[in-house]
Amino acid sequence: MYRYDQYDQAMVDARVAEFRDQVERRLSGAMTEDQFKPLRLMNGLYLQLHAYMLRVAIPYGTLSSTQMRALADIARKYDKGYAHFTTRQNVQYNWIQLKETPDLLADLARVEMHAIQTSGNCIRNISSDQFAGVAGDEVIDPRPHAELLRQWSSFHPEFSFLPRKFKIAVIASDADRAAMRLHDIGIRIVRRDGVLGAQVFAGGGMGRTPMIAPEIRDFVPEDQMVSYCEAILRVYNRHGRRDNKYKARIKILVHETGADKFREEVEAEFAHMQPLDLDPPRAELARIKAFFAPPEYAAIEDGYDTSDPDFRIWAETNLFPHKQPGYAAATISLKPVGGIPGDASAEQMDIVADLAARYSMDEVRVTHAQNLVLPNVRQDRLYALWQELDAAGLAPANLDRASDIIACPGLDYCSLANARSIPIAQEVAKRLAPIEREVGALQIKMSGCINACGHHHAGHIGVLGVDKKGVESYQLLLGGSAAEDVSLAKITGPGFDERGIVDAIETVTSVYRDAREGDERFLDTYRRLGMAPFKEALYDKA
Amino acid sequence: MSSWPRYRDDAAANEPAVTLDAFLDQPEAVAVRIEPDADVRVLVPHLSRLKLIEIAFPAYRDGRGYSAARILREAGYTGELRAEGDVLLDQIAFMRRCGFDSFAPAVPLDAKAAEAAMARWPHAYQRAADAQPPIWALRHG
Repeated sequence: MYRYDQYDQAMVDARVAEFRDQVERRLSGAMTEDQFKPLRLMNGLYLQLHAYMLRVAIPYGTLSSTQMRALADIARKYDKGYAHFTTRQNVQYNWIQLKETPDLLADLARVEMHAIQTSGNCIRNISSDQFAGVAGDEVIDPRPHAELLRQWSSFHPEFSFLPRKFKIAVIASDADRAAMRLHDIGIRIVRRDGVLGAQVFAGGGMGRTPMIAPEIRDFVPEDQMVSYCEAILRVYNRHGRRDNKYKARIKILVHETGADKFREEVEAEFAHMQPLDLDPPRAELARIKAFFAPPEYAAIEDGYDTSDPDFRIWAETNLFPHKQPGYAAATISLKPVGGIPGDASAEQMDIVADLAARYSMDEVRVTHAQNLVLPNVRQDRLYALWQELDAAGLAPANLDRASDIIACPGLDYCSLANARSIPIAQEVAKRLAPIEREVGALQIKMSGCINACGHHHAGHIGVLGVDKKGVESYQLLLGGSAAEDVSLAKITGPGFDERGIVDAIETVTSVYRDAREGDERFLDTYRRLGMAPFKEALYDKA
Repeated sequence: MSSWPRYRDDAAANEPAVTLDAFLDQPEAVAVRIEPDADVRVLVPHLSRLKLIEIAFPAYRDGRGYSAARILREAGYTGELRAEGDVLLDQIAFMRRCGFDSFAPAVPLDAKAAEAAMARWPHAYQRAADAQPPIWALRHG
């Protein structure tokens, strides 16, 4: 894991001091809410329906046990004993008092964490593959490159007032577990002729106008990755639209300019920047890489006892193969049927921290599907781990199944939402959980408004809540994917009411179960058959 | 027009800053005002005769002026580079890093608070238009 040195710590401490000063000026009345708003947003503090919401950055989704414990302590001390893990591998607290936020940020800084640039029109937290460092299919652990970009983007003087927010994901395998091409910049670390570098995509995103990022550069050597990103950001900062906030993301610029013309502009800026010495030296990437060196694994063989049938179901569903023989990466599902997707209590977070210390070499990961991962578990200790998870209510065996739903907070918390999403997710999970093993891999994603925080465009099944003349209505979408086979889901037709949408999801699932061939997933069957049979089952009942 | 704070030792330019179109028409003009949507690269052939470039910030949220400033410094401009308009306390440190060396905020800044804001950041992670070495350079000498 990366550890702060004196410089990293000094920067985070300076931010805490600055925010303490700003909050004091706000509370004394020396600053109006209007003046304060952009400053608090730079520190991840939103004013929500009921209270302030604070978003804490979890760079590339990696946490130590100590950091997880600190997040639990914060949930107890400043919130109502809960935290919410998000689709960008961050964590949010929904019941925060303004006057306490400087102390909260100081508590975070003590464990080398922060809320810097978790909101506002700036470069946000860099996300990555939750299995980075342990996946057998990766070229290299992508987290050092993500950390290099974290540092480059932190307090960037030129790019703190962009047209709109800016999200970057870094992966290093053909499989995409981080929705890379649905980011403003998506980077895949690749090796070409023995040289490591970045394949760069730009202009992806969800929101009102979903776009899949086109490739902008097939290969830029890793020691020029920072200046290449700088070139993209400069083109965007200068030319991105500022007349309409809904057209201000880089995806609109790339789309309206055309990928070829956009690439020409980026290449010209990149060439201009080369003499400016913007890229950190190789020694800096090497310094960061040393923090991510593989831990000392035991020399053991693959294999574990699966005689307990409940354990076997969990192991078949929630484990990911590890590059090291005898180990596995275990997903802790935060999607109990009837629960709130991504929510964890302080007690559960303490338990996860403790289990990470005892079973996973002190590491926890957060996934963009709002689950947690213990990345380094010995296979011969999986059963013991599962028993402890099960006792804590943390062993739903539903990874990538129908009840493993991504959902935004929706109208229950969010001031932007048009409709509730959590109660719908809960109902769908209840309805489909009994058949989810038979249904197999199915990603259902729900958003409570067109801003698409619940990634509905990228769901095998997507649900979008809208406000229709004062009544909550739900549109159904089919055929999306955030993985390497990325695609955008299409709307089936007229929307449904709260009960109708649950029935509709069950209906399309039935169409799939009747029509699937071999081991097709829902998505595969949809792609083979197209929308027609699903539409017919949904709307041609008369 | 005078500005404060100003981080230059030379005398401020007395000539009024003219619009970009006017500047390109007037070979004797030495001060120009740049609006957010202008392409500052058209100034590059004329930098040696310029004493003052004033970059307008009609709204603090519009960050195009930060890129404009850096582009001018990267092109070798050494004259006065002024940020004018909706320039707030919590932005001037970033503006300094992008190459601005004078400020004309629409609402005057408190002197003490401005000094504190300028001194806030002990280091910087990335190279910009100022002389500050990035943290990676401090780490690796």
